[in-house]
Amino acid sequence: MGLTYLEKFRDPSLAKQLVATIHKESRHPLRLMEVCGTHTMAIFRHGIRNLLPETITLLSGPGCPVCVTAQKDIDAFVAVSRQPDVIVTTFGDLMRVPGSGTTLAGQKGAGADVRMVYSVFDAVTIARQNPDKQVVFCAVGFETTIPTIAAAVLMAAKEKVTNFSIYGANKLTPPALAALMTTKGVSIDGFILPGHVSVITGVDAYRSVFETHKVPSVITGFEPIDILHAVLMLVRQNESCVPALENAYPRAVRDSGNPKAREVMHQVFTVGDAAWRGIGLIKNSGMELKPDFKAFDAGDRFELNLIDVAEPKGCACGEILMGLKTPVACALYKKVCTPMTPVGPCMVSSEGACAAYYNYG
Amino acid sequence: MNAEKNNTILLDHGAGGKASHALFSEMILPLFSNEYLAMGDDGAVYSVPAGKMAFSTDSYVVDPIFFNGGNIGDLAVNGTVNDIAMCGAIPLYISVGLIIEEGLPINDFQEIITSMATAADRAGVKIVTGDTKVVPRGKADKIFINTSGVGMIPEGVNVSGSRALPGDKIILSGTMADHGIAILTAREGLTFDGDLKTDSAPLNHMVKAMLSSGCEVHVLRDPTRGGVGTTLNEIASQSGVGMTLFEKDLPIKKQVNGVCELLGFDPLYIANEGKLLAIVPEKQASQVLDLIKADTFGKNAAIIGEVTDQRPGKVFLETAIGGQRLVDMLTGEQLPRIC
Repeated sequence: MGLTYLEKFRDPSLAKQLVATIHKESRHPLRLMEVCGTHTMAIFRHGIRNLLPETITLLSGPGCPVCVTAQKDIDAFVAVSRQPDVIVTTFGDLMRVPGSGTTLAGQKGAGADVRMVYSVFDAVTIARQNPDKQVVFCAVGFETTIPTIAAAVLMAAKEKVTNFSIYGANKLTPPALAALMTTKGVSIDGFILPGHVSVITGVDAYRSVFETHKVPSVITGFEPIDILHAVLMLVRQNESCVPALENAYPRAVRDSGNPKAREVMHQVFTVGDAAWRGIGLIKNSGMELKPDFKAFDAGDRFELNLIDVAEPKGCACGEILMGLKTPVACALYKKVCTPMTPVGPCMVSSEGACAAYYNYG
Repeated sequence: MNAEKNNTILLDHGAGGKASHALFSEMILPLFSNEYLAMGDDGAVYSVPAGKMAFSTDSYVVDPIFFNGGNIGDLAVNGTVNDIAMCGAIPLYISVGLIIEEGLPINDFQEIITSMATAADRAGVKIVTGDTKVVPRGKADKIFINTSGVGMIPEGVNVSGSRALPGDKIILSGTMADHGIAILTAREGLTFDGDLKTDSAPLNHMVKAMLSSGCEVHVLRDPTRGGVGTTLNEIASQSGVGMTLFEKDLPIKKQVNGVCELLGFDPLYIANEGKLLAIVPEKQASQVLDLIKADTFGKNAAIIGEVTDQRPGKVFLETAIGGQRLVDMLTGEQLPRIC
């Protein structure tokens, strides 16, 4: 029986050939960062780390949306859930992320109406079904998710679902890469760029960052062959000292990305600054509702009276997200911070570097 | 009977009076019919053979109560039958405690207890005692069921999670994650192509075949909540051994794997309700595998790994591409990915 399309990208014999070639061609120590949390998970799930030569160190970057959601935003989600007659809707990963006090899961246990949804459109449906309640969606995501959130806002506007709103904490990938490259101490010899995000942004979105910093960069998919192929391409770029921005995921990613999705995104949102957990404020790395859609901003709808609370002491999530530390180098890792009692978001999200190290280590 | 007039279960049905009596004698007794229950005493009285017995209990609160391939009723019977069987015992008698929320449609109740009777017949166990309570609306969610059961352990059988030895083979009796994915898709109203059905089934006949074959079986365990990954971690800790699993040998239905990939679940941690893990000496592994495969519920059984003396208490997976990763215990509940 022939291999299915997907199985071809998991073919053990092809994987072995790629691994052997990487071993043969990699001479100099390299620090490669997989930017996306889904890559981190795939690398661990397929056991790719221990197939690579000692010369190659893989670092997990700031590409897990839950991990980079600022503590203050989590506090805001929790505060919204405490309001009367409110239903908070969220993707599952956010439920257990600690704010400065409790989590959404904790609030649910205490009686708040917090519901896990698989799509932002489910939140609009819940709003339609509960006209006497305010339904708030915790909008956390990158370019992959933002167009669907924008489409949901457009739908709610068109159908006059006025009890629906979003609390926005969306983020953009290329500005984060630029910020990373100008952070003191950060040393990265190559980026494994995200597959899903790039489907929307296209290759072109990374050109300016690449031209400025000339770090070898390869966009790739999430199957083992995709990842090994990208590693080999980054080894070759480094060994030949010819950095390039390459696309190893042409079956999904075009140079121009998905203009239609970006059009929807920019119809509803405008670029603004955003706070990244552990990293801080990054200019032009967030998305805010445009004036025409401000009515759907949960931040305006409720009086939340949030106060700034310092992030937990000793938590190295920020340094981990920038590749300055590995999870095992964090003083809290496995001692105070475990998936049962996460201190930082990298431990709670299934795509967080710390959770991946802990679960698949 | 009141119930038929109202078409729903009322508080009266749990009050111990006429309505309770009617519910028992007109609906429950005819279905569960056996000489012990028919006695109508406060408990069942039966003779026991000499030797060791196994005793187990479990409560069922599944939501939704009906799902593709089964309902809370057969799940509750199969679950306790399997827990007894995993002790190396032959299940004999079951008790049933029903806690019903006022307003449960009588038709739903009928369907559930009919499934329980069918499941008991299929497993060859008798429901010999029980209790029914009805609580006001909102104080329970439709219906909760507790089942307890006893079984007899054949002479010479010694099965325990602490008996895995380095060199033993690990057998899984069929595809993993079927139940959890069926429940998840029913609960969340997710629709996928393909038949996502629970695997809920009695495993006692399969166990009996293994134990009466003379093969030495060290460990039997049904990987329910927490899935294959968590169950094997428990056994590795109990026995003080390491384990290596082979990804290429793990049986899983394509459509179940597809749903797991889409939602970001690891099938190793998803619940099963009709599968067992058997850990047996290497020299008898193929014979035990054949015995399991001969059972109706064991057709897709496979040897999925081996017990080692490396890194006691840890379970490792050799991935299809030749890498290796830790399979840790499940933490909390599995949550879907968001990007």
